Amino acid sequence: MEIIMAFVIGFLFMAAVYLILSKSLLRIIIGTGLLSHGAHLLILTMGGLGGEAPPVLNEGSKTFADPLPQALILTAIVISFGVTAFFLVLAYRSYQELQTDDISLMRGSDEDE
Amino acid sequence: MLQVLYIFIPMLVAILVPLLYKRMNNIHTGWFVLAVPVTLAVIYATYIAQVAKGEVFTAELPWIPSLNISIISYLDGLSLLFSLLITGIGSLVVLYSIFYLDKHKEKLHNFYVYLLLFMSAMLGVVQSDHLITLYFFWELTSISSFLLIGYWYNRDASRFGALKSMMITVGGGLMMLGGFVLLYLMGGTYSIRELIVMAPNLVDQPLFTWSLVLLLLGAFTKSAQFPFYIWLPDAMEAPTPVSAYLHSATMVKAGIYLVARFTPIFAASELWVWLVTGVGILTLFWGSFFAVKQTDLKGILAFSTVSQLGLIMSLLGASAVAFHANGSVDTIKFAAFAAIFHLINHATFKGSLFMIAGIVDHETGTRDIRKLGGLMSIMPISFTVAAIGSLSMAGLPPFNGFLSKEMFLTAMLALQKFEFLGFETWGALFPIVAWIASIFTFIYSFYFVFRTFNGNYKPEQLPHKPHEAPIGMLISPMLLAALVVTIFFIPNFIGNTFVKPAVQAIQPFLYDSPQAVDIHVSAWHGKITPELLMTIGIIIVGVLLFVALPKWQGMYQRFPQALTLNNAYDKIMQGLDIGLNRLSRRYMTGSMRHYLLYMFSGITIIVIGSLFVKDAFSISFQGASPINLYEIILIIVLLIGTGITILAKSRLTAIIGLGTVGYTVALFFVIFNAPDLALTQLVIETISVALFLLAFYHLPKLGKREERMRFQLNRAIVSIAVGVMVTLVALSAHSQKLIPSIAKYYEETVYSLAGGGNIVNVILVDYRGFDTLFEITVLGIAGMGILAMIKLRMNRKENTHENK
Repeated sequence: MEIIMAFVIGFLFMAAVYLILSKSLLRIIIGTGLLSHGAHLLILTMGGLGGEAPPVLNEGSKTFADPLPQALILTAIVISFGVTAFFLVLAYRSYQELQTDDISLMRGSDEDE
Repeated sequence: MLQVLYIFIPMLVAILVPLLYKRMNNIHTGWFVLAVPVTLAVIYATYIAQVAKGEVFTAELPWIPSLNISIISYLDGLSLLFSLLITGIGSLVVLYSIFYLDKHKEKLHNFYVYLLLFMSAMLGVVQSDHLITLYFFWELTSISSFLLIGYWYNRDASRFGALKSMMITVGGGLMMLGGFVLLYLMGGTYSIRELIVMAPNLVDQPLFTWSLVLLLLGAFTKSAQFPFYIWLPDAMEAPTPVSAYLHSATMVKAGIYLVARFTPIFAASELWVWLVTGVGILTLFWGSFFAVKQTDLKGILAFSTVSQLGLIMSLLGASAVAFHANGSVDTIKFAAFAAIFHLINHATFKGSLFMIAGIVDHETGTRDIRKLGGLMSIMPISFTVAAIGSLSMAGLPPFNGFLSKEMFLTAMLALQKFEFLGFETWGALFPIVAWIASIFTFIYSFYFVFRTFNGNYKPEQLPHKPHEAPIGMLISPMLLAALVVTIFFIPNFIGNTFVKPAVQAIQPFLYDSPQAVDIHVSAWHGKITPELLMTIGIIIVGVLLFVALPKWQGMYQRFPQALTLNNAYDKIMQGLDIGLNRLSRRYMTGSMRHYLLYMFSGITIIVIGSLFVKDAFSISFQGASPINLYEIILIIVLLIGTGITILAKSRLTAIIGLGTVGYTVALFFVIFNAPDLALTQLVIETISVALFLLAFYHLPKLGKREERMRFQLNRAIVSIAVGVMVTLVALSAHSQKLIPSIAKYYEETVYSLAGGGNIVNVILVDYRGFDTLFEITVLGIAGMGILAMIKLRMNRKENTHENK
């Protein structure tokens, strides 16, 4: 399973990079969203997908899934959410101010201090 | 200890100079400064008697003991001679500058601070026994010289000259540091004395040649040897006392000192002999040849300095030959003696000539030799001094230049008798080049003095009405001129007191005490020697050519401007400036997408490259969990969702695609036994999609934008490469698990230590609570940031009240 997941994650990264390299600001943010999904799945997969039960102590459990990657991903999800939300508002504000969401038009000019 | 502190006396006094300048503004600051070099000269003079007997004095001041770096003052014949030159000429120059620089018009505090700083640095260079502190003082001379050349900083030419000398000498200084480090790596010590002792072991080391070349680069740049001499003529923009002090008597001799000091270490190398002698003789010829072209008094003297430094350098190279000679050619022993002797002579006559050039400039308002002439009757004392200096420079009796020129010719003639290192074939060139160069030296010496003081008096071309300089300004050059004559009559006293101890320091392999140096100088050997005939030839040809000078001086104009070294320097500097600018403009496009492209391709090339170079890729199916049908279905959904996101034409589709991916990821978390993750992912994905939809209202449509085909292709290639890289890394990481997970510990202790059952939650708030704390902080900051972005509107028109 991990082998297949490695390919799926690779595909997610590819799609994310493709979107990040586009001109539209919204597509770039969507790309970063895909990138964080890929990263989260990568952490989970690298921790091993084995384990018969969720990491919660209950009677009669045998082997648990590795809890540490899950804790790491939980933190990462929240952080990437915070950053994504920030970026979205930034994109919204920059569109308001600059009247464009074309990243190739957003260049610092020499007049800018 | 005290001996080390003498080096720092000028530096310490420099701190007081601005204070004296401000408080005592009715007395010329130079008078206070004058006490420093005079005191030091007296102090160093007390060492003369003992050093002449062969004693050496050392003192150590620890600086960074843990790195074995300390300031070691080592006074032997060589460093004492230089110290005396620095303080002695320094006294005369300060005295001269008191009358040269105006008390009210000039920023005297700057001038004397720089000058005192330079004096300390120079004393440090010649006395240091430690390589690192030698380098430290060496760069301090470069910096203080930079400040002094740029003293009149509102002139373009001063700044240009200062920058040029800085670039060249500091560049050479860095090379020299490299040579020092290599010496340390070979010898294991920073002490020059210890390195000299172990010199025979160093010769065969592979780093030896490198350290030799690097060290010589430092010496050649500082001492204005070919092709690095170009900074010296431009440094003539400095005030004349500075030119007289730094650029004739002291700083430019730092390279000479370096070569002399390291001769015992490198003399065994054939490369050293050839480089030092060859570059020296080439510089001698080149400098004397182009000195005749100059029209500026100080320009003539600058090229003359270059040429005389080349003469001393070639003699030092020849003195290294003595290491190989083993007494077979006795006359080669003259080389080291002649080098040091000429060094003293050059300091005397060149110092006085510079001061005269300054006086002429001061009294007539110009240094252009074409406007000058016929000043002999108006400035008789200056003329006398200039004539003594020039005739000595030309190598005529009864002046000291004659003696050193004779010995120089003797040493050069001896080189051709020498029968190894290739001297049997090329050695004959040396006396020939030396002879021609001496003729040009003769010509420019006469040119300097007679074009200025003889000929037609042209008062209408002079800015001021000329008159004799005040006596205070004339004292220093008169003293130096008196020395020029005195040394001719008592050469052996000078030889025994100053030169022989220095020669012993340069050639410890020949002499074990100054008394063992068996050289007697005499002006007249009692018989007709080849060098005497050569001198007569120089005088005859020189006089003929000087008389015919107006006829052939025009040929210099034919020399193409494009081929000069100055032009090469300018082109290199411009080329670097323009080329680097163009290079950074080429890749710093200002486009975010280009930078991302560089970064992504950089990462993939490095990672995939090292995977294969290190043969790190491996794939193993061991330990992989089994594949279920659900998972396959989910994977298909995920791939479809991703595909939709990439290919979507409208933004709504793209957002829905992203949402699909997010919810599928949540389902993955369910299947892979991660309930907390699944919950969080569901909630967050919902909010995120909501946010995207909110933004959707405000952002414009995803229009079809014209992309350049090439970029699209690059984009596709790079994104596929990144995907491949991630897959490869994931596969090989999964296939080579080296250590087991620490999860067992959490499972065993989650209840007994933390009192909880949900291991993930306990890790988040108990085992690794700090992560959570700062994750909360991140969220808080994001929230505040969003609030700030929406609420705080500042733009240039409505001037920001929030800032006030």
